[in-house]
Amino acid sequence: MTATLPARTAARTGVLVLAVAAVADDVPGIRTLTLRRSEGGPLPAYPAGSHLVMDCGDRRNAYSLTGDGSPAEEYRVSVLLCPDGDGGSAFVHRLAVGDVVTASRPRSAFAPVSTARHHLLVAGGIGITPMLSHARAAVRWKRSFELLYGHRPGAGAHLDELRDLCGDRLAAYGSTPEMLAAVRAALADRPLGTHVYVCGPAPLIAFVEETAAELGWPAERVHAERFSAADLDPGEPFTARLARSGTRVPVPSGTSLLSALEEAGVAVPNLCRQGVCGECRVPVRSGRPLHRDLYLSEAERAAGDAVMCCVSRSVDDELELDL
Amino acid sequence: MTTALSSRVARFPFPFATDSYRYSTNVEPARRPVTTAAGGWGAGVLDVDDDYAAELAERRAVLAADPTRCQELPHMRVASWDALTTLLPELADTLPGTTSLDRVGDRWTWRNDRLGTARTFTVGDDDSLPEGPLAFLGSQIQDDVVLLDQREGALWADAGLVTFAADWSMGFDVGMRFLEVHGPVPRVHEAGVVQRAEQFLMRLQPGEEYRRTNWTMTVDRRLDTSTETYADWGRDRRLVVDDPALPDRLHLRVEVQHLIRLGVSNAVCFLVRTHVLSLRELATVPEWRQRFAAVLAELPDDMADYKGLTRFRGAAVDWLTSR
Repeated sequence: MTATLPARTAARTGVLVLAVAAVADDVPGIRTLTLRRSEGGPLPAYPAGSHLVMDCGDRRNAYSLTGDGSPAEEYRVSVLLCPDGDGGSAFVHRLAVGDVVTASRPRSAFAPVSTARHHLLVAGGIGITPMLSHARAAVRWKRSFELLYGHRPGAGAHLDELRDLCGDRLAAYGSTPEMLAAVRAALADRPLGTHVYVCGPAPLIAFVEETAAELGWPAERVHAERFSAADLDPGEPFTARLARSGTRVPVPSGTSLLSALEEAGVAVPNLCRQGVCGECRVPVRSGRPLHRDLYLSEAERAAGDAVMCCVSRSVDDELELDL
Repeated sequence: MTTALSSRVARFPFPFATDSYRYSTNVEPARRPVTTAAGGWGAGVLDVDDDYAAELAERRAVLAADPTRCQELPHMRVASWDALTTLLPELADTLPGTTSLDRVGDRWTWRNDRLGTARTFTVGDDDSLPEGPLAFLGSQIQDDVVLLDQREGALWADAGLVTFAADWSMGFDVGMRFLEVHGPVPRVHEAGVVQRAEQFLMRLQPGEEYRRTNWTMTVDRRLDTSTETYADWGRDRRLVVDDPALPDRLHLRVEVQHLIRLGVSNAVCFLVRTHVLSLRELATVPEWRQRFAAVLAELPDDMADYKGLTRFRGAAVDWLTSR
């Protein structure tokens, strides 16, 4: 009675080779890339809210696809330049038409819920990118939706196309207090069966989650997409003990378990490095993992026998891994 | 007759790799050709054989007599369009000489000379395909289709067109959770097989395709052994035991099941393609005759009972081993 599940590495890491077909900088600091297969032809379809994991020089970043997800020959991503980031966005902002990049196939972790009566989309800043995808798909498939979009004055990415796409279903705000008031008002009176989706800075996500909870929204109707693991706090230092070799690997605050393992010469398969894709799962023998990923189910977290080492850490001073 | 028969044997997906059978989550990537003692199968997702037109005529008759074999909860319409627009191009690739698919934006024209079908429709426009995209898909491929919606951390069997069920009922199962659908299957729950299968399916990324086989036995080449028509076929399992035509009437029934994460809708498309081969046909391949006799003889009683083999399995083993 064994369950043999296949190694999925080949299918999951199937690589797309994409050429930059167009570059647009409509809003200062935000670059939109149009990507096509180098050899031409259709690209894989994807559910609204999906992302690509793109190779950006020596690291990989996840970027939301902004289309409606129907099979097409182009993908579009919009990337905010983060001068203090770790280089992924600067890499994207150096790309020019004709450059070739490699990326994963689309990965879905933020799809619309088909049974929702109404979709309340909430975006802050560059968090608009998955919401643009949601809005496009909602228009195409005639779903009931509205979009609340908070942005810095003059820095609203995709505002013109959103106005054309959404009409009066779009409400855009250049001031944070107005945006938060609108979000609260919407959460207070939308019909039962509405699902809310939020992407943006951590404080906006926290505001939506806390306000929804306060107003009695069931948690399964509240969906959040965080920008990246960069939003996670640096965490407490701990030690990883590798059961098979007996090696002890210190994991300082601000360094991920995955990075610490790699620096210690331990190869761990990985892809997104943001707690989404599930590739870097490592078995745990003892110690309590501090789960911070978006991948493991509640039951798997409770079991405590595996950890997604790219973002998760340890509750205890020592975490024993089956490595 | 001889060619049809040998072709049926040559393409048959004989499922047993050893002399005993237990349930497992035996999934593997799709599209990998399998070589058997008689030939091979599995290079594509769709398998169109000499029985194509006859089986689709049988499906039409079953649906005409019982329209409840096609079920679709209202939120599944996007998934039905997604299944159709994913699998029609697949069928066009499978039957290059006798079908054609012309796409101009969302306007699709499909011609299928094997069936005399010619239709033009607009993807997403329900009025352009009055019977619905799922029913139309079912008129073009031999597979039964179930569409699983993913939400609230589970999969739900919310749509399907199933005319060739092996003693189950789409009308009964529609709207159930994946775990509930598998409720009656012995052994798999204790072993965690169904839970693991559900976890595996929920993590399929857009466009990923896997497959597995399942099997049972059926009296005569009867594809419609759904629960609704039990009165028509149930007693044959008793009557066949003393019938001198037993080796021609008893069939090994193998389902090749494909599991495809549809890109646009995020639904899991579950395809069930049923192949049946009489004991006499099967025995033309000595390895298969010996192996199937061993599997049948060794199968635990509860599993034989669930599969409905109890009445005739002794007679089947006797015939297979007496040659």
